[in-house]
This record gives sequence, structure tokens and C-alpha cells, in this order.
Amino acid sequence: MANSAQHPLLEVCGVSKRFPGVLALDQVRLRAGKGEIVAVVGENGAGKSTLMKILAGVQPADAGQIKIDGREVKVDSVQKALSQGIALIHQELNLADNLDIGANLFLGREPKRWKIFIDKRRIAAESARYLKQVGLDADPSFIVGGLPIGRQQMVEIAKALSVHARVLIMDEPTSSLSQRETEQLFQVIQGLAGKGVAIVYISHRLGEVRRLADRVVVLRDGKNAGELRRSEINHDNMVQLMVGREVSQFYPHKPHHAGEPVLEAKELRTPRHPTKPLSFALRRGEIVGMAGLVGAGRTELLQTLFGVTPALEGIVRIDGAKRRLQKPTDAIQAGLALVPEDRKQQGLVLEMAVRENLSLPSLRRDQKKGFLHSAGERRICAEMIRQLQVKTPGEEQTVRLLSGGNQQKVVLGKWLALNPKVLLLDEPTRGVDVGAKAEIYAMMERLAKTGMAILFVSSEMEEILGMSDRALVMHEGRIIGELSRSALSEKNIMRLATGQEQTSKTPPSEGRIRSWTN
Amino acid sequence: MKKILGIFGILAVVILATILLSDGKFLGAYNLKNQLRWTALFGILSIGVAFVIITGGIDLSIGSVVCLVGCGLPWLLTAQKWPLPLALLTVLTTSLLIGLLHGLLITKLKLQPFVVTLCGLLMYRGITRGFTADQTQGFGSEYKGIRKMANAEIPLPFLDGFGLPAPCLFLIVVATVAGIFLNQTIYGRYLLALGRNEEAARYSGINTDKMITMAYVICSFTAGLGGILFVMDVNSAQPSDFGNFYELYAIAAAVLGGCSLRGGYGTILGVVIGAALMRVLQNMIMLVEFIPTHIEFAVIGAVILFGVIADETVKRIASRRQPSSKHPSQK
Repeated sequence: MANSAQHPLLEVCGVSKRFPGVLALDQVRLRAGKGEIVAVVGENGAGKSTLMKILAGVQPADAGQIKIDGREVKVDSVQKALSQGIALIHQELNLADNLDIGANLFLGREPKRWKIFIDKRRIAAESARYLKQVGLDADPSFIVGGLPIGRQQMVEIAKALSVHARVLIMDEPTSSLSQRETEQLFQVIQGLAGKGVAIVYISHRLGEVRRLADRVVVLRDGKNAGELRRSEINHDNMVQLMVGREVSQFYPHKPHHAGEPVLEAKELRTPRHPTKPLSFALRRGEIVGMAGLVGAGRTELLQTLFGVTPALEGIVRIDGAKRRLQKPTDAIQAGLALVPEDRKQQGLVLEMAVRENLSLPSLRRDQKKGFLHSAGERRICAEMIRQLQVKTPGEEQTVRLLSGGNQQKVVLGKWLALNPKVLLLDEPTRGVDVGAKAEIYAMMERLAKTGMAILFVSSEMEEILGMSDRALVMHEGRIIGELSRSALSEKNIMRLATGQEQTSKTPPSEGRIRSWTN
Repeated sequence: MKKILGIFGILAVVILATILLSDGKFLGAYNLKNQLRWTALFGILSIGVAFVIITGGIDLSIGSVVCLVGCGLPWLLTAQKWPLPLALLTVLTTSLLIGLLHGLLITKLKLQPFVVTLCGLLMYRGITRGFTADQTQGFGSEYKGIRKMANAEIPLPFLDGFGLPAPCLFLIVVATVAGIFLNQTIYGRYLLALGRNEEAARYSGINTDKMITMAYVICSFTAGLGGILFVMDVNSAQPSDFGNFYELYAIAAAVLGGCSLRGGYGTILGVVIGAALMRVLQNMIMLVEFIPTHIEFAVIGAVILFGVIADETVKRIASRRQPSSKHPSQK
């Protein structure tokens, strides 16, 4: 199946793309021959999505060439890319689910009669042909929203075929498919490749890549990190190329003296993964990292602990006392605090002042029979701005106008004002500049020294390695393993996170690598 | 504060225009007293709906609650011969329960406020027309004492022959309590916070469902209080049209007074001025001869639209001046 022609069907040479502050792609190369299935893998932030968006005309490249059949083409819009035969099937499907299949296939280019009427008969006939090609046995007049997600995906592929795509880019196509749907998708992909379509397949699931790909291209930090031929494709080789970075000396971590347990969770069942009970403990004064792939259930665990999505079952003890955590108020009273993942939506009231945000959780404690305690509010606010070095023109500044790092400090501050026993942090440095990052790490260190237990979820490998006394690793809703400080390494974490047990006797099943950085 | 100055400016201009264009009829003692009384009555309704609007919700049932209470009270007293305290207690409790029902449907069943209160608008008026057999309700010549709540005048020092209409006292009390509640208590802060970002408020440990329900209870309660005062004032309430459109006047006053229907913003003083503006506009159309009275709605609609456009424009200019506000977040 490998490419043999003089010119590969698709060739990408030296493509670079700079975003403010980051070089997202640095001289990246990629080629795919007729009928070849090329998998592109890499950590999140490695540049895969950016590359695909450039290919599909969603974003322009800063430098580099894209060639089709050896001829350079300009793809500065989605329409141009489509006219060159490049189609992108996005992770989230782009279908109008209130319309029927035929209408979706021809959306925006409907065949017409007498200029204004839609030629439904022609849509039906042509749709049926493309649906047959992708093996979808459905009536073109069926409403897309009524199809299971796997079949919607087939509609999306049929849509790409209907514009005569020669290069089909698929971004995480199986992320929401069942086992059987995945299997069907693979057959369709292989069938298309057999007909000469070049497939560029992006996936975090290394098992799928191993099974499907003729060649693997690995990106790391926006650069080509290496390529694997069919015979070289295996789990370890891929992981080797994907990681392999020095952990910088950015982290202030010193080992802590962990005290007695402050939070104990036993057989906790989250609504998201009800069949996978979770048990673990946090001790006073330790910093525990929680690693895993996106979707492994880490955020859900924190939200369950904090009462946002109450546990279906299980016991949580704080300082030995059993606590019912049915809503955030319960958790706060038990001494928990959560810095959520989505700062703008969950962490802050953006349109309110720094002062109002900082005091929001502690108003209840500081109230005077229901009335605001203004002097106390101001004092706490000034104290937090000082302690966290929030850079703001004043406490009345609207939070929306602060930088990401300073916003995050406000979120931290609003919880520190309550002096919690357990601090839960969900991606605490996402979207935060380097300076503020270092300050947040220093803050975590200081808090741990005062005896606070800190559990932080991070998709940044370096952060887990740099800040944790020990790390818990989650995989598909389970806490699959725990790594002590001495056992912490990228490889060990990655192995657990992709579903291989620490002492792997059985070969890995479905490996997934998703989102170390974002 | 700037916001209130803006609406206050518009009110001053409209009052001035009315005085000039009506040959001073506006300043007659009888007219002024009437305007004050009606401003007070509508102000009470507007303050109630402001709480709901601050949570990002809406209450369309206010006029029908006014009707239910306004017809229900005389009906209980005259047709059912209930004692006055019991009748008052019953209608006020009913309005509280209506608010509670709205709040629970919206927070627990996650129904949309528009839909819930639209159904309320239809139901409460229909129910009222049912139990009154669509007959006009009133107190006749009885209950003169209690009706003083609405039609008495409180003599003012140095102003001979001019008394402050009693509903103004109610407005002052309601507005003061509401203002303190909104600005000085933690619950007011909670309402303002959840109106701007309900999720973040919940993550901060605020029981948002309870607070939202409370806002609907406040709104329906003030509608009930308003209904009592309205019927005591006019002494004659037709179930088919008593309180018609009052919710829209109240919402318009709240919006003119600086409440955003997106939630999170509003001041009590602004809302009261908004209610006054609504009244003066209607009065202007009545008094100024060259404006035909039947185009009343067109004038009021145009003025509200103008006010909101002016407000939006001012906001846009203000946010352009702030350098780093490139991405005004939208709810």
C-alpha cells in the first residue's frame, strides 16, 4: 500500500506557524502517498491540530509549502482546500443534526431546479451512492440527529467523498465511538485507502494507530520528532519518540513531611464512571499530582469531592469524620477548596471586581447576621492581593481585565481566604504565563509547608514530575497506579496513563495518549 | 451611579418638556399627586421584577398576580364575607406561594423562566375570571379605613393643600428594604454574582437554586402587595383587564433603570426612577394636546428603545476606552 509514485499525493514541506509566544509548528514535514494511511501522533500541544488546520485551510501557515501531486497549492480557505481535494473530518462533527442525511451531504451546494427549488430527487440519488461507499445502510431522508454517533461519522465521511476528497484528514475520529463502530470505521478507512485516498489519521489511541497505520509521523514541540515504518510501529517506539525531554529546573519542589491523613476517600463512585470505585488518601502537608489522559476522569473526581457532581456511593472522611458532600457548600464547610479547570466559567465572575471575587466564598463566614462585613472584606482582599502578588491597579478592578495569571491568583486567593485543609487544583497553570506559573508553584510549596494537603490535576507532564511528592495516575475512570517520588518518570506515568499496568505482563490493549499539554 | 444620572437626566428632560408643552397642567396639585401615587404603585412592582431580572430571569405573570390579588381580596371580603385580616393574609400568602412555585419549577425542573411565567400570566387571570364569574369586584362603600393605605394623603410641612399619597410611603419602605438587601447583605451580593455567572457562584459555595427561588418569591410578593394597593385605590377591578400589561410596564421600568436582561446588573434607585419615567411619559401623552392619546404605546416604545440604545452606546464607548477589554465576555 505504500507510496511508490514519483510525487507523493500530499507533501508538506517546512511548514511553520507562530502564535503569540509560541512557535506552534517549526519546519514540519509530512507526506502521504496515494492509498497510504499515515498516522500523526504526539502529545497535545505538539502541533498536530495546528498542522491539520493549516492543511484544511482553517488557518494560514506562516511559512512552508503544501504540494498536491508535486504541484504547490495555496489553501487559504476551507473552500480552496476542498477544491484541491483535502477534506478534514473534525473531532466534533460538523453536521446539522436537525436536517436529513441528504441535506447535510449537499449543504451549501444543493442541486437546484428552476434556480430556487431544491432538487430533492437528485440529492436522494447521489446521497445513496455515497452512503453505499461508506457502507452506511440508511435512507438519505433520515434525520441526522436520530443516528447513533458512529453513523453520523459515516455521514461526515460520505460528505467528504461527495466533494471528491483525495486526502482525508481525520482528527480523533474514534473518540466517541463504541468498539463496534470503531471497527466499522476502520473497514471504511481501509476501503478508501484501497481506492487510492490518502488518509492522515490523528489519534491518541496508540492501539488503533498500530493496527491501522502504514507509517507513523511523530511530532514533539512543533517539530518532527521521527517517523516509524510499518515494521517499526509499536507502543514503546511511539512513546519513546513522543516524550524524551529534559524536565527543566523550574520547580521549587523539596520533599515534604507528610502528616496524618486528612482526606480519605473510599469506594467513591462518580456519576461519570459509576462502575469504577475510587479509593485514595491525602495526608497533611503533601502535594499529590494526578496524572492521566484527558477524559480519564480526573476532573470528575475533583468535582465529585467538591460536591459539584455528588458521589453516587462511597465514603469521604475529613480528619477522620465522615462527610456528606452533596453540594459545594458541604465541601467548603468540610475544609475543601477547588480551583476549577475552567477559570472563566467556573472560577470567576469575570464582570465583578477583584474584591467581590476574592470575598465570594468567605462572605458567609464573615457575615454579620446576613449583612456584609465590609471592613473585613477589604482587609482579606488586601491581604490576598499582597500575599499572592496579584498585579491589579486596585481591588475594584474588573477581573476580566486582568491577565490569565493574575486571574488565576484571584481564584487561588478566594479559597486561601478560607484557609482550607485540602486544596484541590484542576490544571492550575493552564493559560498562565511563565512568571505567574513560577509564583503559583512557589505558593503551592508554601501552603504545603503550612500543613495543607494539595491534590492537583495536571496534563503537563513536567508539572507532575516537578511538583509532586507522589502521583496518582488515572486511566478510563480508574486510579490505575501510584508512583512515589523516586518512581516518577515520564515513561512510568505514560505507561500507566495509557492503560498498561506497572508490571506489564500482558500486552497493552487500547493505548491512548491524550493531552499532556494543552 | 453614572448610570442613574443618565436615567435621571432623561426623567428631568421629560418632566420639563411635559411642563412646557402642557401649559403647566402637569404641575397642578391633583395631577402631581396622581403621578406620585401611580409611580409608587408601579415602582413597587418594578422593584420586585428587578430582583428576578438581576438573576437573569424574567417574570411575565406580574399583571395576572395583580389581577388575582386585586380581584381576590374584595371577592373574599364582600362575596365570601371573610374577615379582613384573614383575607389579607390569604392573598399575600397566595402571592408568596406563586413565587415559590415559579422558583421551584425554574430551578428544580430547569424550566425556562419565560415559559413558566407566561403560563402563570394565562393561568392566574383565567382562574380569577373563573371564581369571580367575570364580575367586577370592589369594596363598595365599605372598608374605607383600610383603603386609606392607598388613597390617604400625608400632609407635608410648608406645603398647604398638598399631601404625599400613601402608596409613596410603601414605595419608600419597599425601596429602602430592597436597596439594603441588594447592597448590604450577602444575599444581595449572591444575587448579583449568580446573575453574572451562575456556575462560578455555585462553585463558590452559593446555593444558587435557593437564591433564584427567593428572587421569584420577592417578585410575586411585591406583585401581590401592589395588587392590594391598586384595588384599594381604584375600588373597582374587572377580572378581564385589571393589571393588564403591568408586567411589561414593570419590566420596562427596570430595564430603563439599568437592569440588564442578561442578569447581574441593577440598582433599586434606578428602577424607581425608571418607573417614574414610565408614568410621566404616559402623563405627557395625556396632557399634551397635539399628541393623540391612542398612540401612547408607540411613544412609550420609542422612548424605551431610545433609552436602551443610548445606554448600550455609552457602554460601548466606555469599554473601548478600557485598553485590555478586547473580549467582552458574553453570557
